[in-house]
Amino acid sequence: MSYVANTPDQQAEMLKACGVSSIADLFADIPHDLRPKSFNLPRAKSELEVFDFFQGVAARNYSHLTNFLGGGFYDHFIPAAVDAITSRSEFYTAYTPYQPELSQGTLQAIYEYQTDICRLTGMEVANASLYDGGTALYEACQMALHATGRGRIVMDGGINPVYRKMLYSYTANLSIDFFEVPMSHGQRDREQIFQVLDNNTAAVILQNPNFFGVIDNYTDVVEHCHARGILVIQSVYPIALAVLKTPGEMGVDIATGEGQSLGIPLDFGGPYLGFMATTRKLVRRMPGRLVGRTVDRNGRESFVLTLQTREQHIRREKATSNICTNEALCALRAHIYLNLLGKEGLKKVAGLCHAKALYTRERFRDIPGAEIMELLPIFNEFMVRLPIDAGDLAGMMVERGIAPGLPLGRFHPGMENYLLVAVTEKRTKYEIGTFAETLEQILAGA
Amino acid sequence: MIPEDRKYAKTHEWIKIEGNTAVAGITDHAQEALGDITFIELPAVGDVLERGSECGVIESVKAASDIYAPITGKVAEINSELQSRPEIVNESPYEKGWIFKLKKFDAEQLEDLLDAAEYEAILDEET
Repeated sequence: MSYVANTPDQQAEMLKACGVSSIADLFADIPHDLRPKSFNLPRAKSELEVFDFFQGVAARNYSHLTNFLGGGFYDHFIPAAVDAITSRSEFYTAYTPYQPELSQGTLQAIYEYQTDICRLTGMEVANASLYDGGTALYEACQMALHATGRGRIVMDGGINPVYRKMLYSYTANLSIDFFEVPMSHGQRDREQIFQVLDNNTAAVILQNPNFFGVIDNYTDVVEHCHARGILVIQSVYPIALAVLKTPGEMGVDIATGEGQSLGIPLDFGGPYLGFMATTRKLVRRMPGRLVGRTVDRNGRESFVLTLQTREQHIRREKATSNICTNEALCALRAHIYLNLLGKEGLKKVAGLCHAKALYTRERFRDIPGAEIMELLPIFNEFMVRLPIDAGDLAGMMVERGIAPGLPLGRFHPGMENYLLVAVTEKRTKYEIGTFAETLEQILAGA
Repeated sequence: MIPEDRKYAKTHEWIKIEGNTAVAGITDHAQEALGDITFIELPAVGDVLERGSECGVIESVKAASDIYAPITGKVAEINSELQSRPEIVNESPYEKGWIFKLKKFDAEQLEDLLDAAEYEAILDEET
């Protein structure tokens, strides 16, 4: 097999097969004045020049900053083995297997990933993954709407505003009635949710920890909703699940989340990993691919794509979703990450995140001008109110080598002075100390 | 043989009147065409079905097909045994494999359905 595609010989052969004499003949139907005059392509670059060019682009990244950014995407440590195993060509170069059962290794990896997600969320079944946390949440809404035959979704104010925007953008041309429960300073109010539920409500969406970092036990909300035939969807932070009450333990119907924290680097917004898990009862409503374990006719363990009648290639327009792929490589990273850490390792990471965030919050309480609202229960992220615009502060901090967190005014008008600070296991006591001192200096000067 | 004690829809459902109840299922031809049935999504008791509306789904190893209500009526009972043993529809489409029962149905609509001979004629055309 030739590895140089599109040689002059091949071109001649293809033109002959098409019955034309030149490539220009293929465009004969396009009027001359509609054809490009020139493609304005620069001259070809050598490998060295291309390398230098991209080095220059990469150097513009602010990757040297000490990172306290969160808001759904976190700077966790990734063991080197994740890259080493994922980059094996058997995994790295394979696209969605069109004859899936031929790729037993890929299916086994996906099956094991599904098992990880079930154990992490405490749910009964998980799919082979979706694009990201936001699209997974959208798919969960569709599931709830179809399962209940109702048309309204009640969204807690603690949902990540990025996800909220995605939900609205996905459903702009669908007749879905979204109701947002307002929220004050990270604290949620049960009565506010209960009051707006009606007989047309398909589901309530909650996020744990919520966008402001606050954690909660939603068992009572789930019970209240189920009594009215309403499903509960919970968007979760997977690392936090190692120490928090899981969606399964709370009785949630559909759990979704962003899997970036599980061994996937922060890469300009993706590719990331959407995970989804649900109950046995709702499995036929679940979108996406699903790998099952079975035995072949000789009794050997084997893996198959199962329940495909939910999917587009069989169910056509009545499929559960138009999703017919998954984020296999990202899911593989998550699987390797989780298995390298193990149950205890993941708990340790979660415990470190939590302890360091509490320590940082305590440090900030001593800084004049920095106001920690109420001491709400958090996982690894918290809000601080500043006497100045949080965006301005972030600019000053970046100059000093620190990405201090997410200024909230961009998402929540009126919260311009609020900063959302995330702390992962990677942050050292020294880095936290420098952050606090720098903040104190800036605020003293302001 | 196609039973003569009931009526048929062109979409391959049958309906049989038993007193004030109308029992519905799918035909032998339908189960044969679908192949091994793996799952049946049943309507819910209390649902009011409109004639011709989708009221369930049958999944087989080959395909997923909708079940249409042959006449308008209210679901009084469903064959819940099909949830754990959907293959009953393959084994006994006209008897044990019934799918749902309607009450308060529109008996006049039965006139628009096919009798056994007419249904058989349609099958002959199809094949």
